[in-house]
Amino acid sequence: MNTNIQPQKLHSKNIGDFIFKNLTLFFAIFILIIIVLMVYEMYSSSAVSREKFGLSFLTQSVWDPVQEEYGALPFIYGTLVSSFLALLIALPLSIGIAIFLSEIAPRWLEKPLSFFIELLAGIPSIVYGLWGFFVMVPWLRENVQPFLIENFGNIPLFTGAPYGVGMLAAGIILSIMILPIISSISRDVLKTVPRAQKEAALALGSTRWQATKIALSYSRSGIIGAIILGLGRAFGETMAVTMVIGNRPTISASLLEPAYTMASVIANEFTEATSEMYLSALIEIALVLFVIALIINSFARLLVWSVTKHSDVQGKM
Amino acid sequence: MKNFYYYYRKYKSIFIYILCGMSALIAIIPLLLIFYHTISLGIAAINWDFFTQLPKPVGESGGGLANAIVGTLILVGLGCLLGLPVGIMTGIYLAEFGKNTFGNIVRFLVDVLNGLPSIVIGVVAYSLVVIPMKHFSAYAGGVALGLLMIPTITRTTEEILKTVPRSYREAALALGITQWKTTLFVVLRTALGGIVTGVMLSIARAAGETAPLLFTALNNRFWHTSLDQPIASLTVFIYNYGVSPFEDWIAQAWAGALVLIALILLLSLAMRFATRDKYSG
Repeated sequence: MNTNIQPQKLHSKNIGDFIFKNLTLFFAIFILIIIVLMVYEMYSSSAVSREKFGLSFLTQSVWDPVQEEYGALPFIYGTLVSSFLALLIALPLSIGIAIFLSEIAPRWLEKPLSFFIELLAGIPSIVYGLWGFFVMVPWLRENVQPFLIENFGNIPLFTGAPYGVGMLAAGIILSIMILPIISSISRDVLKTVPRAQKEAALALGSTRWQATKIALSYSRSGIIGAIILGLGRAFGETMAVTMVIGNRPTISASLLEPAYTMASVIANEFTEATSEMYLSALIEIALVLFVIALIINSFARLLVWSVTKHSDVQGKM
Repeated sequence: MKNFYYYYRKYKSIFIYILCGMSALIAIIPLLLIFYHTISLGIAAINWDFFTQLPKPVGESGGGLANAIVGTLILVGLGCLLGLPVGIMTGIYLAEFGKNTFGNIVRFLVDVLNGLPSIVIGVVAYSLVVIPMKHFSAYAGGVALGLLMIPTITRTTEEILKTVPRSYREAALALGITQWKTTLFVVLRTALGGIVTGVMLSIARAAGETAPLLFTALNNRFWHTSLDQPIASLTVFIYNYGVSPFEDWIAQAWAGALVLIALILLLSLAMRFATRDKYSG
């Protein structure tokens, strides 16, 4: 008996089906058009700045709206350093949480704990900013930074005055914000490891940690994908960073000094951009952010997908 | 034989597991602190006026953020007008007809849209709506929020439609119902709860967005007169008041943050209980 009869085929002459299918197709095409339009708009709106500065836009460190000199390097530097700092803090914690949730915690603890960590992801960026600005920054200024300067002041990373706001504050607030995404995807990836893998390790006399290590190496590429997605989140984060990073376009080795990121400069200066060149330069920064987001997402999703294509983890992202 | 190495491995395993447990604890600390500070600092400025009065000029105390709360609702409503049809219809396309190359391309683009920084969405809405209209408007803010809502709604719709058993479709088709009616009145109806969850999730996310509104909806200290004029929103007010030097305003920023968190928490708790049986995994 042939069980492969396609119901659609039998009904393909129905006018209602034809309209419905093409209506949904229309909206799917709409998304394609939106993305193309986005790229086109940003590309054409940044023409003035691209033509004047060319590639030196990305390597110049002078940002002077009065002299109409625009170089994005301080912002690129700020975005990169604050994001990697966030990753440095969030990564060990996230992996720890993922292992705890998938391997150690009993079910009654796992559910509420996952819920709390996902709540962290739901808090709006502006609330993180407010909390960072009024609670975390004063704490850094009065307790943490004087301690760092006193004890590690001869390392270039910790020189300068305890402003509170600056790269360190941005890194910490970002780490809190990317922790939920890295830990929840890593947990899901760890859960896809076949039980047999762990049981085989345990049967050979491994301790539970040694079995976990095998699970970790099994899900390596999925976890790397999670990390990259977290990094992508950190690159684009705007409000919280704008409120705690100090917003000064300088490049400094010290983590205590104020800095600036690509997203923050757009947020702060977009409405003040009076000249065409100024606006064009800001839109070019947005274009750079877009391209970075595109690359990061493609790469990360490819990695996560290659691990979880047989389970339904992907819907959670 | 239990030698030194046996104990080393055993205690190392326990030690690392304790570290893992501690990292879960550490992650909870900022959450509790944020809740604690938002509630303790925000509750002071919450009163009846906060929900019913307009902001007062500098120097006068009191007043509220009524226009900003209404503004956020309007902006999210406008966002839904764009996000709901595009999101749900694309989700249906992907689930029902999308097993081809074009479907994969759209899936990838939806992921890209999902990963775009919200500030970039703001810039796009600015060049697509604000520049042609020549001024900031509620419409521009709505477009920005709508673009942000699309990916979440599309993904959830597709995932939930795929969980509807094939036998439902076959039963409907066997009764001679056309395919579009099957999709709309059988498949979509079965999946409605899950789709509502996705929509609520995207609404919660959109209500908390600030960056894309900064230069699309801008801000407004008064009631909006029409939708093609700048409009206030809770998040932009929290930002402006939070970085201001006036204690009154800062207190109101915390109160705004409290209202926002309460709103989002209620939405996510409601979703958690509403979808507990069907979709908990």
